[in-house]
Amino acid sequence: MAFLKNYIKEVFGAVKSSLKGMKLTGYYALHHRKEKITQQYPDNKDKLVLPERFRGEVVLIHDENNEHACTGCTACELACPNGTIKIITKFDISPEGKKKKALDTFVYHLELCTMCNLCIVACPTDAIKMAQTFEHSVFDRNELTKVLNKPGSKIREGVE
Amino acid sequence: MWSLQNIADNFHGWLYDTFNPTIALLLEFAIVAVLVIGLFAMLGLVLIMMERKVSAWMQLRLGPNRVGPGGMFQTVADTLKLIVKEGMTPTNVDRFLFNLAPFIVMIVSMVILAPLMFAKGIQIWDINIGVLFITAVSSISVIGILMAGWASNNKYSLLGAMRSGAQIVSYELSAGLAIMTIVVLTGDLKISSIINAQADGWWLFKGHIPAIIAFIIFIIAVTAETNRAPFDLAEAESELTAGFHTEYSGMKFALFFLAEYVNVFIVCAIGATLFLGGWMPLHIGNWTGFNHVMDYIPSFVWFFGKTFFLIFVIMWFRWTFPRLRIDQLLNLEWKYLLPISMLNLLLTTVIVIMKWHF
Repeated sequence: MAFLKNYIKEVFGAVKSSLKGMKLTGYYALHHRKEKITQQYPDNKDKLVLPERFRGEVVLIHDENNEHACTGCTACELACPNGTIKIITKFDISPEGKKKKALDTFVYHLELCTMCNLCIVACPTDAIKMAQTFEHSVFDRNELTKVLNKPGSKIREGVE
Repeated sequence: MWSLQNIADNFHGWLYDTFNPTIALLLEFAIVAVLVIGLFAMLGLVLIMMERKVSAWMQLRLGPNRVGPGGMFQTVADTLKLIVKEGMTPTNVDRFLFNLAPFIVMIVSMVILAPLMFAKGIQIWDINIGVLFITAVSSISVIGILMAGWASNNKYSLLGAMRSGAQIVSYELSAGLAIMTIVVLTGDLKISSIINAQADGWWLFKGHIPAIIAFIIFIIAVTAETNRAPFDLAEAESELTAGFHTEYSGMKFALFFLAEYVNVFIVCAIGATLFLGGWMPLHIGNWTGFNHVMDYIPSFVWFFGKTFFLIFVIMWFRWTFPRLRIDQLLNLEWKYLLPISMLNLLLTTVIVIMKWHF
């Protein structure tokens, strides 16, 4: 008897959960104009809205004084799983005559990058971020190897 | 009043007046063949478009929207592409069976169309064992699928074909028993008399709960029989690439693809005929005014409306449920659908003997 009770319960449970799923897809089918999430990309180029966490490419943040927060610690280079980032460091001489490690060139190979976000997580000073740009096509592969620090930029005061 | 039946009858009369009976009959054969092929081509275009749009809406996408207004001509473009493609036959296949299989699958679909009634008086062959004919012939398509799988000389094709065989053979039982419910209620196998028995109400409404249970079982079983998701183990593109038609390309592939959609149309047409009254308009009791308004809608609109509604339901299944495993699939049939439909048939028989139905 218990077997029969379970059997009937199973059948009704299956019907109920099937109807629940079909209710949702049925709602979507009837309200597809309101709910649709596809963006018709080349057509809506001027009013394209990207999500806040969209990962386009890595950029080094510069402020208005052409200063960045990169200390040249190479944490991002070590975090990168496919060797996208190469940090070249130099030694700055401070006014007291002490030597201090600093960023010389931030080399970024966009053609190798998978936008995994691990470098941004690894950065201790939040110097780099993911930008919203995503139209990266170029005719020459060399253009994809970028130097992220702007010419003449230096580290911001107080960032260790 | 203008109707398809009048046109067909007038044309039939004109043919027999003008030619001698043998030639007139042969001409009618040719015309019916052309109409059936035309219907198949149209169905292929319309149903594939419908499938793509319905799936897009259910997944919050847009679907095809580039070729023609709203993407209307996408399937026409696809068909043109398939026609100009090379129909390749791989080296190590069984040539004869490989090339024969798609045609068998297609011809079976065409033969099932014979007893279907598309509108009032529009029927190719009003055979007196119509329903039996449909269930008998529809089993032959599994031979075509097994043939394709075996002849391809490919492990994926063979696995897909074997799965398909197990599936179709087992689900035919519960589909057959669901059809039997209506045969018991009507007391006849002839399609035209099944439709006429529903003049004062469709079996879905007249047949109490057993008819509703039979309808649900029928829809589930035919979804499995046409090898469509969630029962598409025969193709299972994520496991078997494309199952039994992995090795096919060009027009031979298109025939399999078309046969799938035409089969969906056919089983939905059978469902509409048995449970929803075929071309019969919706009549409610003795609301004379309402019934007269319903009579003004042409009968082929009723038939195709009901059929396309059922097709939509089957597509709705496809885009809602994930694919079943083979053991779950066989469990569902042998442990649930078959016992329930047997009990249901018994209940229907009791209802008919006691004359409890309307």
